[in-house]
Amino acid sequence: MRKVQRMFSKLGAGCINKLWRLGAGARLFWLTLISSGESFRRFRLTVREVYFTGVLSLIIILVSAFFVGMVLALQGYHTLQKYGSSEAIGVLVALALVRELGPVVTALLFAGRAGTAITAEIGLMKATEQLSAMEMMAVSPIARVVAPRFWAGVIAMPILATLFTMVGILGGYLVAVPLIGVDAGAFWSQMQANVDWQYDILNGVLKSIVFGVACTMIALFEGYDAPPTAEGVSRATTRTVVTSSLAVLGLDFVLTSFMIAV
Amino acid sequence: MAQSIVEIKDLSFGYKGKLLHHGINMTFQKGKVVAIMGGSGSGKTTLLRLIGGQLKPTKGEVTVGGEVVHHQNREGIYRLRRKMGMLFQHGALFTDLSVFDNVAFPIREHTDLPESMIRDLVLMKLNAVGLRGAHALMPAELSGGMARRVALARAIALDPSIIMYDEPFAGLDPISMAVICDLIRSLNDVLGATSIIVTHDVEETFQFADYIYFVANGVVAAEGSPDELRNSELPFIHQFVHGEKDGPVPFHYAAPEYHASLLRGAR
Amino acid sequence: MERTTIDLWVGIFVAMGFAALLSLAMKVGNLTTSDVGDTYMVTANFENIGGLKPRAPVKSAGVVVGRVGDIRFDAKTYEAVVSLNIDKRYNFPKDTFANIYTAGLLGEQYVGLEAGGDESNLQNGDKITQTQDAVVLEKLIGQFLYNKATEGDDKTVKAAASTESGAHALDASPLDNIGK
Repeated sequence: MRKVQRMFSKLGAGCINKLWRLGAGARLFWLTLISSGESFRRFRLTVREVYFTGVLSLIIILVSAFFVGMVLALQGYHTLQKYGSSEAIGVLVALALVRELGPVVTALLFAGRAGTAITAEIGLMKATEQLSAMEMMAVSPIARVVAPRFWAGVIAMPILATLFTMVGILGGYLVAVPLIGVDAGAFWSQMQANVDWQYDILNGVLKSIVFGVACTMIALFEGYDAPPTAEGVSRATTRTVVTSSLAVLGLDFVLTSFMIAV
Repeated sequence: MAQSIVEIKDLSFGYKGKLLHHGINMTFQKGKVVAIMGGSGSGKTTLLRLIGGQLKPTKGEVTVGGEVVHHQNREGIYRLRRKMGMLFQHGALFTDLSVFDNVAFPIREHTDLPESMIRDLVLMKLNAVGLRGAHALMPAELSGGMARRVALARAIALDPSIIMYDEPFAGLDPISMAVICDLIRSLNDVLGATSIIVTHDVEETFQFADYIYFVANGVVAAEGSPDELRNSELPFIHQFVHGEKDGPVPFHYAAPEYHASLLRGAR
Repeated sequence: MERTTIDLWVGIFVAMGFAALLSLAMKVGNLTTSDVGDTYMVTANFENIGGLKPRAPVKSAGVVVGRVGDIRFDAKTYEAVVSLNIDKRYNFPKDTFANIYTAGLLGEQYVGLEAGGDESNLQNGDKITQTQDAVVLEKLIGQFLYNKATEGDDKTVKAAASTESGAHALDASPLDNIGK
């Protein structure tokens, strides 16, 4: 009886803690938005962060995209061939990448590569009192540190996702056409006939922008909220990956159901 | 009597109902070097954060230049902070910026000076702490004492009228310590500023401070000039100044009786 | 400071992003094939559109000449009203025939236009009067069974006829069109 009671009270405390953090995260999001002026007035601050979050993530994103595209083509061919429609492989690869894998896998990789870096950096800046020092110099750390990173993430994510999709399709092409021997014309023309610019491509980009907001904000919040100790920062980094991944997959479901309904 | 620039009146502060300070009164006069001393964990650093407006007092108030800090809104606090410079315990240099950019940071953030002028100002400040030659280094390449001096150059970049030091001597070798001591005194006199030093290093502080407050158990236990305190009869001050192990500040943290604690396991 | 290199890299990064988006639009998507050109709209009524969807292609002689706009249900005539957006470059006579075809046996459905012989052309907002419904597989099978049954004994006739619910399907026999 005592055990059950303790379990419930632990569960309740956990829930309250989660809600508290959600509220604090929303507050940080709001503060970031209203102190974003500086990240555009001094755009160089944001450009610098685009370099760290975007450019430095390129390699992992492009290499993964290439392999994902190749695997998709292999697997897709294997199945489609049973129904005698192996020409549709272009459509399969393109739609899978444009609609889902491009934005989602990019966001997951982004959370692991750039998100953790952001969390660790901000957490350490907090632990070494750099944020406090900035505050004492009458410089808002949210405007100077958080907001440029936020916008950089929001800018970098759709670019990364688009590159992922493009390179993935290229990988699929390389497997399907030269390797398997699907007709190149059929590969591209079927793709063009079935991938819609607005409904598929733009919606994919829209998804990646939303993921960009979510992943970057989670990473920033975990860093900003991390206890200023080595253990606190390392835990916050782990939480960034876990929370971002769950948020991306959950949001993906919600967004997809909206987009299909429209 | 000289004009006071920072005043702490009847200040109480605590987290979650547990009070750290009970009614502290302090006055910091213009042009003086004032030290706040006390054992570890006596809430000295918290006092600096209260002066800087990073924390709100539970009761009482802190005034800077006649303005109550916690009554200010965000802009007001930022306006007050522009008059302050603070040296953090471990320097708190921005690790992604070079020494030069660290010192230039507050100037760039708060002024629209041309780059050539910023360069001159930064080199002047670095020269004052003797590190002009190190301007191209990154913080990771500096020793602890050098980092502290760069942070000091950054703290005085905008010629503040109040300079706060949080444990400026912690973890320094004797030479660096002497250098910092000397800098604190000379910068204070050259800039005509007021210095507030939080520390527990008795010897150094007694050499150059004008006035000293002792904080213990959340109240000001003693105050006075170094000479007055050195000859103080108060047992606590005596213990602290002469670094005795046991005295009014017990060696043991409050605990149940020793025998009882040990025997409980056997039962 | 390495700022200039950072700027350069970010510039390259953003340019790559735009290039990828552009090539996605051109090479992968259908931005080039339709939608962008000016179109005119005509409507056509069908008794049954089967699985026709908005944005399905409109083809003539196998070439995509437009896309299906929206599909509505007319509560008065109990028919489906399908609007077709046809590329301005292609004109069709007023007596053009609109069919709903299926690409392959199980593929997507599309609208096929067969030009008539009228001198005047369809204008924006016109209505195509001659239409041919979608082939519904179940109906087809039912009819096939019925035809078989009329050749055989009477018992199967009754059985087949009773399974077929809509009687009117007989007179517009889709089977006639299958060879086309």
